[in-house]
Amino acid sequence: MNPLAKILALAIMISLAASPALAAGGHEPEKNDWSFNGVLGSFDKPALRRGYQVYMEVCSFCHGVEFIAFRNLTEIGLTEDEAKAAAEAVQIEDGPDDNGLMFMRPGRLSDRMPSPFPNEAAARASNGGALPPDLSLITKARPFGPDYLFALLTGFEDPPEGVEISPGMSYNPFFSGQQIAMFSPLYDDAVFYEDGTVATLEQMAEDITQFLMWTAEPKLEDRKRMGLGVMIFLVILTGMFIAVKRRVWADIH
Amino acid sequence: MADLHEPEHNKMQLKGVLGWVEYRLPWVNLLKNSVGTNYPTPRNLNYWWNFGSLAGLALLIEIVTGVVLNMHYVPTAEGAFASVERIMRDVNFGWLIRYVHANGASVFFAVIYLHMFRSFYYGSYKNPRELVWWLGLIIFFLMIITAFTGYVLPWGQMSFWAATVITNLASAIPVVGTDIVQWLWGDFSVGGSLLGRFNSLHYALPVAIVGVAVIHMWALHEHRSNNPLGIEVKGPQDTLPFHPYFTAKDLVGVGVFLLVLAGLVFYAPNMLGEPDNYIPANPLKTPNHIVPEWYLLPFYAILRAVPDKLGGVIAMGGSIIILFVVPWLDTSKVRSAKFRPIYKQFFWLFVIDTLILGVVGANAPEGNWIIIGQLATFYYFFHFIVILPVVGWIESPKPLPDSISTSVLGNKKSAAEPAE
Repeated sequence: MNPLAKILALAIMISLAASPALAAGGHEPEKNDWSFNGVLGSFDKPALRRGYQVYMEVCSFCHGVEFIAFRNLTEIGLTEDEAKAAAEAVQIEDGPDDNGLMFMRPGRLSDRMPSPFPNEAAARASNGGALPPDLSLITKARPFGPDYLFALLTGFEDPPEGVEISPGMSYNPFFSGQQIAMFSPLYDDAVFYEDGTVATLEQMAEDITQFLMWTAEPKLEDRKRMGLGVMIFLVILTGMFIAVKRRVWADIH
Repeated sequence: MADLHEPEHNKMQLKGVLGWVEYRLPWVNLLKNSVGTNYPTPRNLNYWWNFGSLAGLALLIEIVTGVVLNMHYVPTAEGAFASVERIMRDVNFGWLIRYVHANGASVFFAVIYLHMFRSFYYGSYKNPRELVWWLGLIIFFLMIITAFTGYVLPWGQMSFWAATVITNLASAIPVVGTDIVQWLWGDFSVGGSLLGRFNSLHYALPVAIVGVAVIHMWALHEHRSNNPLGIEVKGPQDTLPFHPYFTAKDLVGVGVFLLVLAGLVFYAPNMLGEPDNYIPANPLKTPNHIVPEWYLLPFYAILRAVPDKLGGVIAMGGSIIILFVVPWLDTSKVRSAKFRPIYKQFFWLFVIDTLILGVVGANAPEGNWIIIGQLATFYYFFHFIVILPVVGWIESPKPLPDSISTSVLGNKKSAAEPAE
């Protein structure tokens, strides 16, 4: 083996040995085969819509998605009228008007989806001192991203013998520290899917994970599609560069 | 093809507008003499000599994407995080530009590290190229500061806490430490004031990098490139004109470089980043592990290897400063490790040591990682202070070939003779 190969092999071994240490905190989640994984990955459109429903009917009472505007909802399969209706269903503070007063008005497509609490103190006061994080970026803001989220949502269980759970907390092996201030938010038939999909716990966890992957990385499909073209182009370009180099050097060696 | 080895005074004659400009500003001849047909280059350069041009390309990519990002970025504690998300969502191709910029920094450092290891292996820093090496190290130092200030700009959790940890290092300075830290912060804590000045520095320092890079190349062009044999160019038979031979060879590197960058940008854009940096900065909540980007992990490991704060800062600074002395610590007159059987082994040990330091830097300083980090740090300095000079004294190098051309073109008779 040449020295370079040796170094490479060693570096890979070291990084493999080091990776479990980087995952300290909660149990390592199982890897799932998400539709958005891989070179040609894309979102599961019906799942995105169902995930949006789960967000609206379950998560949104405590968690915001502050970086998502109502106009973005057309990207997950809502028609413009549906997105407009969703916007108009909420009241947004605007102003000041000509008299210098703030006023409430129905939402517009350009408005961001409002967060459930006006500020952190209000959020903590309503949640026993805990702060429900904004979910816009959650699948990028945690190690193992979507796999972690799915494992967390389906991983609530009774604490093992001898583990004390503080009042208001639940046991979840995937959460850092194993104690989480959220009770299992999903249970079978927590929502009713209009497309006939049976709303099992796993199904809903999968759907909300798809939705929150989209909120975190809305350009994922554009990125992967463009990436394929760019990679094909670069492989051809590099091949041409190699051919040119060989041709130029042909009379030298 | 015309004579490949024209004398330098043989200026290209141009007609028309080009000739009019050339008479007043001889830029065509400048190109010809620096990267063209009139720049003789050792004919035996291998692909390890590609990383200089790739570093230039990486710098260009970072500057172009950075200028665009800064048009949309808001350098305030309140606005920074949201403005980055706006770039990712609402700016046309903003996601692409930001991912290229973030991963481009990683690829830039990878290229620079390979460029430096090339120099270590082939002794490129030795007489008469010490100042080329020094200028390169100044670029490297400026890159570290630029990368660190850039890491702070998204104002996520890692940004905030990396800024806190690193600026606090100045407090290790006796007597005036605390005052210096507050001067750096422009405040009594890490906040918007620090972010504003880091944004300014992050934009300004690359201009300095471009300037030093020009001087780096100026110094290089005086004695020209070292080569894998590490012996002097003896005549035209040892060289090839830079164009078309090495422009063609550099382009192959460009293709591979772009493939690696595109692979990261399109298929693993956040692999080298920390998930915590997608959480907005929160001064009240310290992340479990504060880590820098991968390319600074070895230095972070050295910083933490010394239990004393000031000692750690001195060790980390020393780990870069010592590189400036390398041309004199290496006592061997033979440049290339190809002819240095003992040094060659220690070179690879040193590479492994830096990799180990990187892994140590990524892990929390507890348990075995502490002692591994201390041993690796010790070895880092031991390599430069003891191994380099001693190996140079005791090693008997293999015979050097007579010339580059005899070695490359396979004139076995003269290549087999030992050098004097």
